[in-house]
Amino acid sequence: MIETLWVIILSFSLFAIGILGLISRRNLLFILLSIEIMLNGIILLFVAASNLHGNNDGQIMYLLVLTLAASEVAVALALVMQIYRQQQNLDVDTLTKLRG
Amino acid sequence: MIEVIFMITAIVCLISALLTVTAHNAVHALLYLVTMMIAIALIFFLFGSPFAAALQIIVYAGAVMVLFVFVTMMLHQGEKSILDEKTLFNLKSARGPLLLAVILIIELLTISVQPLDVNASLAPLSPVNSEVVNSEASAQSDNTSQPNSVKSLAIQLYGPYRVLVIIAAMLLLSALIGAIHIARKAPKPVGVDLSPEETPLASKQQETNS
Repeated sequence: MIETLWVIILSFSLFAIGILGLISRRNLLFILLSIEIMLNGIILLFVAASNLHGNNDGQIMYLLVLTLAASEVAVALALVMQIYRQQQNLDVDTLTKLRG
Repeated sequence: MIEVIFMITAIVCLISALLTVTAHNAVHALLYLVTMMIAIALIFFLFGSPFAAALQIIVYAGAVMVLFVFVTMMLHQGEKSILDEKTLFNLKSARGPLLLAVILIIELLTISVQPLDVNASLAPLSPVNSEVVNSEASAQSDNTSQPNSVKSLAIQLYGPYRVLVIIAAMLLLSALIGAIHIARKAPKPVGVDLSPEETPLASKQQETNS
């Protein structure tokens, strides 16, 4: 049987890798990929907990997180395209039009 | 045997996640991300929930990745964007924080493997207490097919959780409308776009201006 501790460590490591990408990258597309990695770490924990305790609530939560990820990706990629039209790159540091 | 497969899959998953985060080419990053998602689907399969594994492959490695690939295809400019990305991100500047974070992870691993009795009140709740977890896991592994089957999941999803399905549907619909509205090419700058029928005053002003 798989140790629960290893699953938790794997999930937290994925989340940490996602945070690393979220902080250190400056391309908007890679930031979105990092958010995907973080969501994957979370749903790994949900499904593992659902199997450990033997009820389905974790998997239902997994379905909901899946829906959330799909809608987030759709809206965020639309924003990426619009930003690319405004300025010809995806550098997040140059998005300073809202600065007063 | 299952532990060995899980370990190999977890290592593949972590390596491909790291390569996703540190890649310079967006297409390479997407390929590594697909690898990571398929590895996670395999882990779900090892847990004994094949429905989650199938959904992971269909929705994540299928639909979400297709969206990413399309946007990358539209925005990628070959060598120029790779060179831009090399100036935007290099691993040398992230080396110091990475080293410190690795020290923290090693500390976490040592604490997790050898439980310290720092706080006795936390001990029954903590996941480090591996005997309880192991007995629970082995107890539920005997009847793992019964509570986690697709049938019971569907009964639960359309029974007590049916509001959740409606909320998810509304979330998807609003995301669809929002994505279409944001990604639409605006014909004119916003504000000039008002039709003269709706604002007679503005149309009068436009006539006087012309």
